[in-house]
Amino acid sequence: MTALAWLIPAALVLGALGLGAFLWALRSGQFDDMEGAAYRALEDDPPDEEIT
Amino acid sequence: MTAHVPAAALAPQATDGAPTTLVLAVEEMHCGACLRSVERAALRVAGVDSARASLAAKRVTVTYDPSKAGEVDVIAALDRIGFTAAPIETAKQDRGDARQKYLLRRVAVAGFAAMNIMLLSIAVWSGEGGDMDPALAGLFRWLSALIALPTVAYAGQPFFVSAFAALKGRRLNMDVPISLAILLATGMSLYQTMLGNEQVYFDAAVTLLFFLLVGRYLDESLRVRVRGEAQNLLSLQSGVATVINTDGTQRKVAAHALRPGDRLLVAAGERVAADGVVWAGKGEVDQSLITGETAPATVSAGKQVYAGTLNLTQGLQIDVTAADSATLLAEIGRLMMAAEQGKARYRRLADRAAQIYAPAVHILGLATFLGWLVAGAGWQTALTYAIAVLIITCPCALALAVPAVQIAAASRLFRRGIMVKAPDGLERIAEIDMVVFDKTGTLTLGKPQLIEDAEVSDAVLAAAAALATASRHPYARALVAVAEQRLGAVAPVPCVEETPGEGLARTTPQGEERLGSAAWCGVEGEASDGGEVWYRHGDGQPVRFRFADAMRSDTAETVATLKRRGFDVALLSGDRTAAVERAAREAGIETWGAELKPADKIAWLEARAKEGRKVLMAGDGLNDAPALATAHASISPATAADLSQRAADFVFQGAKLAPVGEAIATGKRAHAMAIQNFGVAGLYNIICVPLAMAGFVTPLIAAIVMSSSSILVTLNAARLAGRGRS
Repeated sequence: MTALAWLIPAALVLGALGLGAFLWALRSGQFDDMEGAAYRALEDDPPDEEIT
Repeated sequence: MTAHVPAAALAPQATDGAPTTLVLAVEEMHCGACLRSVERAALRVAGVDSARASLAAKRVTVTYDPSKAGEVDVIAALDRIGFTAAPIETAKQDRGDARQKYLLRRVAVAGFAAMNIMLLSIAVWSGEGGDMDPALAGLFRWLSALIALPTVAYAGQPFFVSAFAALKGRRLNMDVPISLAILLATGMSLYQTMLGNEQVYFDAAVTLLFFLLVGRYLDESLRVRVRGEAQNLLSLQSGVATVINTDGTQRKVAAHALRPGDRLLVAAGERVAADGVVWAGKGEVDQSLITGETAPATVSAGKQVYAGTLNLTQGLQIDVTAADSATLLAEIGRLMMAAEQGKARYRRLADRAAQIYAPAVHILGLATFLGWLVAGAGWQTALTYAIAVLIITCPCALALAVPAVQIAAASRLFRRGIMVKAPDGLERIAEIDMVVFDKTGTLTLGKPQLIEDAEVSDAVLAAAAALATASRHPYARALVAVAEQRLGAVAPVPCVEETPGEGLARTTPQGEERLGSAAWCGVEGEASDGGEVWYRHGDGQPVRFRFADAMRSDTAETVATLKRRGFDVALLSGDRTAAVERAAREAGIETWGAELKPADKIAWLEARAKEGRKVLMAGDGLNDAPALATAHASISPATAADLSQRAADFVFQGAKLAPVGEAIATGKRAHAMAIQNFGVAGLYNIICVPLAMAGFVTPLIAAIVMSSSSILVTLNAARLAGRGRS
């Protein structure tokens, strides 16, 4: 039973980390262009160049 | 749309050097390669700091130094590589992303909470009545409460806010029973957790919240897409205008930045970007978008011209006037306002369902409570069962029934180039029993075409077409097109002179050749309905060419299909009687009206409404805008006037008329499916409510039946969306 004492907090913390990562990605605009991003991944140029 | 702009002719918008952000609509961007070309082209413009294109929004966001570049530089650069771009008004740049992200954040939080509570609940359920330590089960319930309470407070906001607003306005909407169910389920579960009982429903409450939020989010994201697309199309239509400065130099500005008092140069073939008065020049403009009249109007100094009209033959200089001084526009604005006020607010299907459902559920809950009290149960037991009834009747499936169908239907239409603009448009189009078309630009393409061309000999056609090559007039263009089709190539002839509003002339050794109006060719006594051009060589016999507006290729077919499906079809036009009669005959429409003013169209529609008919109005012109606002439902082609597109519930793209039928069919199917879904939700309630009233429902059963009914409803709706993307 003592395993639960740390298993449950661990599960919650991991879940919360995932949630935090998603909210961060949302805030930083990574979901703004779902279609364009698929093509950008295939570009050979360094990504820095296209934003500068 | 825009020609190459010499850099010297550009006036920077501001000189303070602070970077300015510009958002351009680029509709033709379809793939990753386009995306890169657009960004590269924009970045090559001197003074541009960054360019980021979005394929989903079909827009590119450019930041530039206003002292080195102007927005027109970027537009010209994109134009050179073949992309038509248009600036989007700052006020309209917001695509509703904020609301979309607001919902998505809540979806994420509710999803996280639902998963974790479910994890704990499953452990409790499987241990129930078995070897699970009651203290541990209690701990798990407390943990669930700890996750559920903040989640409900945060993720439930969209529903609580909407329900509160409805109650404040003394209305009932679907969010009232939803909010009540969520709050009751959470509050009751908290109370039972404190008592250490088993009737704990945190999982059901949070899962319900998650499902509903996903629905809301999908609905919102589709609406944002449609709204953005509609704005893109409108921005591209108005485009860029050439302004003549007081010192005589020219500069290009975005049409939305024009101010009264600006003097515009409108080249032949360009659309007039703003309402104004002709200051210099004489020419012909195609006003079909404004009046529905196909024959071009001749304008000269002092005449009023309207935004959206097409300048055909000669360059015009126009003084921009304020919109309110334009009598036609003011008249149309007044009519539209009256139409919108006169129209009763449409009550949406889901809200009408809530109106019946919410009181029924609450009466059942009360009946359960009183029933168990009378039967001799303690008040706590009675309350527990009553709340179980409220939770089990929680309108999850019901609340998803209509939105799920609407999302599926709207995305199906979106893929076929039809944008659902009004949130309740699909519900209204499902009720119509009559379709009324405008002629010019709706049934037709708004382009003239030679009729009865078999009566004209090859030699005359060749001579007339040779003259016509010198003009940009639509009749001349149509004549050349027919000649090219029949005779192969048309050789242009030299020394043709054009007199705007009258015709073309050329001197030959055999006498003067003339092509133009009847008066221009010296023809007298012939009744003219305007849609004709005469040709005369010297003293020879004048020959008449008659023109009519070219029908959309599938007009007759679409009208026939609509009639077969039992709709009455009518044609209302502002054009001349002869032209309307011919169009009606060609399209196979028996009921028609010609030479109608906007107010006449409204009167006609109101008369039908009084008879109890529900009319779908399809129109594109400015003169149709009030009628579009009056009709029960309305649809416009994407080529329509700005005001009409705003008034219409649906906007369709392409050269065919079939989308009108498609929109009606999808609306009807969506309606049928919403009713089916109500049936599924109702059936579920009929089975579960007696069980809950009898006190047989455990948290496990509640969670299973509630989720399964929601999934069933969603799957049913998904059938409408069809497979694949085009």
